[in-house]
Amino acid sequence: MDQFTLNWIFIGASFALYIGIAIWARAGSTSEFYAAGRGIHPVTNGMATAADWMSAASFISMAGLIAFTGYDNSSFLMGWTGGYVLLALLLAPYLRKFGKYTVSEFIGDRFYSPTARMVAVICLIVASTTYVIGQMTGVGVAFGRFLEVDKTTGLFIGAAVVFAYAVFGGMKGVTYTQVAQYCVLIIAYTIPAIFISLQLTGNPIPGLGLFGDHVASGEPLLAKLDMLVEELGFNSYTGHHADTLNMVLFTLSLMIGTAGLPHVIMRFFTVPKVADARWSAGWTLVFIALLYLTAPAVGAMARLNLITTVYPDGTASAPIDYEARPDWMATWETTGLLKFEDKNGDGKIQWYNDKSDSFAETAAERGWEGSELNVNRDILVLANPEIAQLPGWVIALVAAGGLAAALSTAAGLLLAISSAVSHDLIKGAINPGISEKGELLSARIAMAVAICVATYLGLNPPGFAAQTVALAFGLAAASIFPALMMGIFTKVNNKGAVAGMLTGLIVTLVYIFMHKGWLFIPGTNQFTDADPLLGTIKSTSFGAIGALLNFAVAFAVSKSSDPIPAEIEELVESVRVPKGAGAAQDH
Amino acid sequence: MADNSSSNAYWSANLRIIKISLVIWALVSFGFGILLRPLLSGISVGGTDLGFWFAQQGSILVFLALIFFYAWRMNKLDAEHGVEE
Repeated sequence: MDQFTLNWIFIGASFALYIGIAIWARAGSTSEFYAAGRGIHPVTNGMATAADWMSAASFISMAGLIAFTGYDNSSFLMGWTGGYVLLALLLAPYLRKFGKYTVSEFIGDRFYSPTARMVAVICLIVASTTYVIGQMTGVGVAFGRFLEVDKTTGLFIGAAVVFAYAVFGGMKGVTYTQVAQYCVLIIAYTIPAIFISLQLTGNPIPGLGLFGDHVASGEPLLAKLDMLVEELGFNSYTGHHADTLNMVLFTLSLMIGTAGLPHVIMRFFTVPKVADARWSAGWTLVFIALLYLTAPAVGAMARLNLITTVYPDGTASAPIDYEARPDWMATWETTGLLKFEDKNGDGKIQWYNDKSDSFAETAAERGWEGSELNVNRDILVLANPEIAQLPGWVIALVAAGGLAAALSTAAGLLLAISSAVSHDLIKGAINPGISEKGELLSARIAMAVAICVATYLGLNPPGFAAQTVALAFGLAAASIFPALMMGIFTKVNNKGAVAGMLTGLIVTLVYIFMHKGWLFIPGTNQFTDADPLLGTIKSTSFGAIGALLNFAVAFAVSKSSDPIPAEIEELVESVRVPKGAGAAQDH
Repeated sequence: MADNSSSNAYWSANLRIIKISLVIWALVSFGFGILLRPLLSGISVGGTDLGFWFAQQGSILVFLALIFFYAWRMNKLDAEHGVEE
């Protein structure tokens, strides 16, 4: 059976599984759909939240970004897990005690202001839409590869599937479907990693293999990798080459963004008790950590395998002939995401760092006229089992896992956007008298608009999937997180919160647009991340600064206006103690 | 509902636990993983140094321990102050 057929059997079977579970669970009880998660064990809830949260960025894109830069991209690993500490300590238990269903409702009630609620809704829509663009990039890559078409066609097909998936909708809310998605996703991610770790280091646990010895050479794996990449003029894999300030701010942005993303926070509103909200955050991180502890090994090992594929006789000898390239390179070439250009016309694939001055001499001696291989970072995880020559079913499994990650999160975000527009924005503010039918229609229209925007921008994305998603985290970090934290830990008033959120959102959005293009339209940017406006601070790292400005403005405005009313003071006091959460929920 | 003095004691105990946890959180990620990495460069772990291990593995493991510690400690604190559900 050829690979193409095998891929579709695995993808088809996994979809049949999700739909089957959705139908079974819905037949069981309709209220489950609305109460999503109430009365569900923290372990199950954690698994479902992990599936909801880990998207194309985590699954498809992240390990590739780590592979090509090494240590400097550790920010993704620390940032996207460290945020759960903030969520567990600073937000989850209190929001659960508050007992409403959405983030914007909390902000509206706590800051006793419909304006605050509207601003929160707008922040939510902006961050979620940016997030969907990143997902679409990943979806385009995955569909392009598995249908063996170019990435643009892949993106259009992917967009149609995501739309259908989101309209089918309900299955998103069924916890057990997400548990199944998590299982497919984590098996698909770890099995090839285990195989590759065994091949290279003899250790079945990738996270340990990463720090083990490379079987073929007897040297430590990372030392071997450092040597190989440096021999080709690249920066050492384990070395710290990035700007430190930017790395710290980027990590911080991802952390507070994680704790500010509405679709994650919402999961903790619906657990049975405050104590469960605390445990749930821990279990969620357990299931996320399984992927995140594996990802750095996937990255390093893929880079090593890629180098040995191109230079089978060692980096000092000649690379392979283009005609003798492995099949996976040829299939990825059809997507346009892997490109070969024979610059010196010798028919061999020279892949090295042609921007390194110190390596230029060696390259000239060897008759190399520029690096000839261009590998898109986003293909690495999907190509990984092929690079390591694993069996066909493993490759098919990864295909199913990648699509599960991208589709579940993209559909979830579209639902969040559509309900924010129809429920919070239109029904809550613009037209409170809207009929149920009208509300449903506006939800569908909002969803269609969001997916069109995301697809259009996904054609020329502002970065690789994980980088675009990082921008969404920056926006959430700058707008939502500070408002939630001040709502619980301080007595900041309505005016302070609104001014803070608006400042954080607008300043961060402007900074991002100045570097990535206005409304992400390519070519409209004034600066680039290679040479940013403020020193070394890239647009992906600006969320942390936006958050600081949010806090500062909120405190300043709050100090100079009226203190919060007595009943809000009581609300804050009651949110701080777990007792009575059951009652709060019954309102 | 617990009386005010008890809930104040509860809240300041909670804030203390949060502060300690966040210091550890920042130490293993921003500290060991990034800023203090040069200081740890003498300790080698599998072909690289301890800072690299913290950045790509260790910090995540500590985050997990922190969340479970906080959940356990706070559930105990709730009971001590009689504010559990």
